[in-house]
Parts: sequence; structure tokens; C-alpha cells
Amino acid sequence: MHTFAPDDLQAVWLTLKLAATSTCLLLLIATPLAWWLAYSNKWYKGMLAAVVALPLVIPPTVLGFYLLLLMGPHGVVGELTTYLRLGRLPFTFAGLVAGSVLFSMPFAVQPIQNAFEAIGRRPLEVAATLRAGGWDRFLSVALPLARPGFLTAIILAFAHTVGEFGVVLMLGGNIGGETRVLSVVIYNHVEAMEYEAAHWLAGGMVLFSFIVLLALYLAGGKLWKGVR
Amino acid sequence: MKQIRADFKIQLESFSLDAAFNAPAVGVTALFGPSGSGKTTLLRCIAGLERAEGSLQVNGETWQDKSIFLPTHRRPLGYVFQEASLFTHLSVRANLEYGLKRTPLTERKVPLEQVVEWLGLSQLIGRGDPAKLSGGERQRIAIGRALLTSPRILLMDEPLSALDISSRQEILPYLERLHRELNIPVLYVSHAMGEVARLADHLVLLEKGRVIASGKLAEVLARLDLPIAHFDDAGAVIEAAVAQHDEKYHLTRLDFPGGSVWVGKLAQSFGIRIRVRVLARDVSIATQRPQGSSISNILAARILEICDEGSDKVLVKMAIGEFELLSRITRRSRDLLELKAGMAVFAQLKSVALMA
Repeated sequence: MHTFAPDDLQAVWLTLKLAATSTCLLLLIATPLAWWLAYSNKWYKGMLAAVVALPLVIPPTVLGFYLLLLMGPHGVVGELTTYLRLGRLPFTFAGLVAGSVLFSMPFAVQPIQNAFEAIGRRPLEVAATLRAGGWDRFLSVALPLARPGFLTAIILAFAHTVGEFGVVLMLGGNIGGETRVLSVVIYNHVEAMEYEAAHWLAGGMVLFSFIVLLALYLAGGKLWKGVR
Repeated sequence: MKQIRADFKIQLESFSLDAAFNAPAVGVTALFGPSGSGKTTLLRCIAGLERAEGSLQVNGETWQDKSIFLPTHRRPLGYVFQEASLFTHLSVRANLEYGLKRTPLTERKVPLEQVVEWLGLSQLIGRGDPAKLSGGERQRIAIGRALLTSPRILLMDEPLSALDISSRQEILPYLERLHRELNIPVLYVSHAMGEVARLADHLVLLEKGRVIASGKLAEVLARLDLPIAHFDDAGAVIEAAVAQHDEKYHLTRLDFPGGSVWVGKLAQSFGIRIRVRVLARDVSIATQRPQGSSISNILAARILEICDEGSDKVLVKMAIGEFELLSRITRRSRDLLELKAGMAVFAQLKSVALMA
């Protein structure tokens, strides 16, 4: 029986923590963004949609590189975080979270935006004629109707963060317990010709991803159809 | 102050609305016009769903003017959309209660039990998924949902147009009942003259985003200068009351100031008010009381106005007591009979449509 090295387990834990933190932050940021993209008629809507979708097409290393420059001592964000006495973000867990959130943004925004667009304005107008104010309409009509979109966004954002490598390597490096996530550990094992250890982690990741997806889809099927 | 005063201007992508009307805030006011005339846009402006320039007062309360724009959820109105638009994530009961819960206790005047009774919802209220109901059932629930907010005015945007004929027939009696029993003024958008003639008391005519006429239903319908008088189904509306039942021939006599008509026997008892509609194409004119005619409804009338219609027809407007009747006859008949305004004639009604 294979036993995981403490370093490996630490990386697993760190990866889950990173994915969970990023997913939560993503939901907070992506929901209003998706709302605006779905319902706004402003001319610069297309521009913002393109910016949000950018991480889909640019290589992670490129994104990581620019984030590194931006968050570094001479970058705008770096100067800001220094000024706010937050220290610098590169090579810290917070930096990884920031990178992951940006990198996974389209995976969270697009399903939610699609769900809002599929709902259309009508149910919200109906709710308004039934005395529901803005927040009330959002919470009592838009959110429940957009649930499938939120579920997809959570799955995609979480999975995408777990599997990320390029941004992490550029931005976070390889610091145990701080930024050394699963994908980096697997890479290290392969570099060191420790194929067995790499196998256990990589295979475990495949299995874990499958189980998470399966559970969510099964639960989701019920959620999407059952609760009325 | 029981009045609705609306005046809106709005420029949409392909369409501009510049419409003003006053209507009594009692009974049913129909906003009538061809598709694209701006009826729905006007209704949406009244609801605050479109942000138009202009002003709106309902019963002396200002909902909108230069400095005020009450958002939709602060306007005490009910809105029934073309499609029922029930919330698919909520049960039938939760749909009905959605607005009720958001209406302050002191303003709740329409109890749930009453709405359930009025709209025949007792079989439906326990149902889970509203998507499994028929179109007519869904629309009844939507009407009930709107009524439960105890609105000061009920806006209905072609509530029957998305329904098939049988569902329409199923809903109409409920609408009439609401009209009779509920003291909520209704603004009813429609392009179906049959519905309007049946339900409305007051008529606002729209064309290309402008109000071209507004007034009592019977008066507007009988105006020869308006396009509706020249529709194929143009006709007059008369408010009559049940006066006599003839058991032998199975007929009922309806009286109105100025005359009476016989119709197939009705179940309604003596004194009940019935609205009848007489289409212009079903009325012929005689200069002397016809003898030996099978037509039983012959009324003494006086010609008010005659106007040409196309190359071969004329439209004749007649007064019978305080009601007005339209007749579409050929130009040749007019010349043969030498019909003129002011002449006393007899109108023969080939058919009388009951509107209740």
C-alpha cells in the first residue's frame, strides 16, 4: 500500500483550500458581473465581455507573467498592496487566489450569465408588478431560476482551479505549504523520476474530479427538476 | 377624482409613442388598436416597466411626473401579461401568495379564499408544478396572483391572446364576473373587437402610437370618422335589460330606452342587464315598417349621418332612443330609398349577438 508523503498531503490540502477560496470569491464577483452582462444595454458591454473571456484564449503562462509584473514591486497592484501594508502578492497564497480568480473568471461568469439571459426580463418584471423590489426580485426570482447556471459555474471554477499549473508556477512558484499545489507536486515528482508517487496523486486527482462531478450532476439533476 | 390621467412620450428603437388619455377609474377601459399601435407600450409605461417621459395620475395620486417616477414595485397595480408567466420555481400556491406576502397587511383587501372562489382555483391551488397546467388554468392563476396584491388598478395585456379558443371561452366568464363583482378599475389591452365589445365600458383607440379617440364604448363604436366603424365586424353595442320570457317560443325580450329586441331564451332573470352587439352588416333599412317579414327585430330609428365606404357601400348611423346603431348598405339602396340625415326609418336586425 502506498502512503502519501506529508508534503504530498499538504499539497492536496492546499489545492482544495485554494480551489474552495477561489470559487467562493468567484461567485461573489461573477454574479454581479454576469447580471450586468446579461441585462445591460451599454455600448461597452461587449468590451467587458471580451475582457472577461480573455483567460480562455491567452496561455496561462502569459497571464501569470503579466500578473507577476503587475503584482511585483514595480507593478500598479504591487505598489497598491505595499501602500495598504498588505505586503506583496507574488509567491504567497493570496497571490495564488488572485491569479486563480482571474484565470477562472470566464468559467464562472459565462454559465451564470447564460442562465440570467435564459430567464429573460419577464419573470423579473412580473415580480416587480407583484411589489418585489430590486434585491427581493434578485433573491426570490433570479437566483432560484438561475440555479443550474450557478451549479455549472461552481463545478467549472472549482475544477479549473484544481487543475491549474501555468499561472501557479509563474506567480506562486514552489513554496511548500504556501504555494506548492498538487499540479506542481506532480510535476516535481515527474522531474525527479518518482513515477509511482506521481501516479498516486494524478490518479487520485482524476478519481476525485470524477466523484465530485458525478455527485454534483446527480444532485443537480434533482435540484434542477425536483424543487418547485 | 376617480380618474386615470395618462400622458406619455417614449422613443423606442423602431417606434415612438406619444399618447395621452383620461379615463374613468371605474369599470373596464379598453386600449384598442391594431398590432404595432402602441397599446402594450402604453400599458408598460403606466406600470413603470418602460421609463417614458410624461405624467400619470390614478385617482388623484401622482405616480409619475417631471420630478416623480414611482418604480413598478411601488405602484399599487396588478399586471396580467399575455403569457401567464407563472414562476416555474414556485408551486401554484406560492405563485398566488408571492404578491400577497409583499402587500402590507393594512392594504390587503382581497382575501385568498375569495380569489380562489372567484376564479375557480380550489382544484388548482394544491398543485405543485404550474408548468403542468393548461394555458387557461395558468392564466387564471396569473389573474388571481395579480388580484391578491389588492391593486388600485388592474392592467391586462391581451390576457386571452395566447390562449386557444376553448381556453378563451373558459376565461371570459371569469373576467366578466370580476368586472361585475370587483370594484377594481381595469385597463384592458386588446386587438379583438369581440372581447372589447363584451368587456369594456370605455374605449381608448390607438393608432401608430397616438390616441385617436377616447370615450364611452357605445359612443366611440358608433363614430363614423374612426377606422373601427369601417371594419368588417363594425357594429354598435346596446345595454339592455331582461324584460320578458316567452316560454312558448323560447325567446327573451330585452328592453332598452328606445326599443326592445327579442333573442333566444336566456337563463337570466327579470331586470338583469345584458349587453348586445349588433353588427353593421346585419342591419338593413326600410322606409316603411316592413310587413310580412320573418325578421322579428324591427326598430323605429332616425338617420343621423351617412358616410361613403369604398365605392359601393355606405355606412348609416341611426339613433334609437339614446342608443346609436350602424348599418352597412349599398350606395344604390341609399339612392333608391333616398336616405338622408334626419329621416325616420325602420332598422331590421338580422342578428343580435349577446355579450354575456
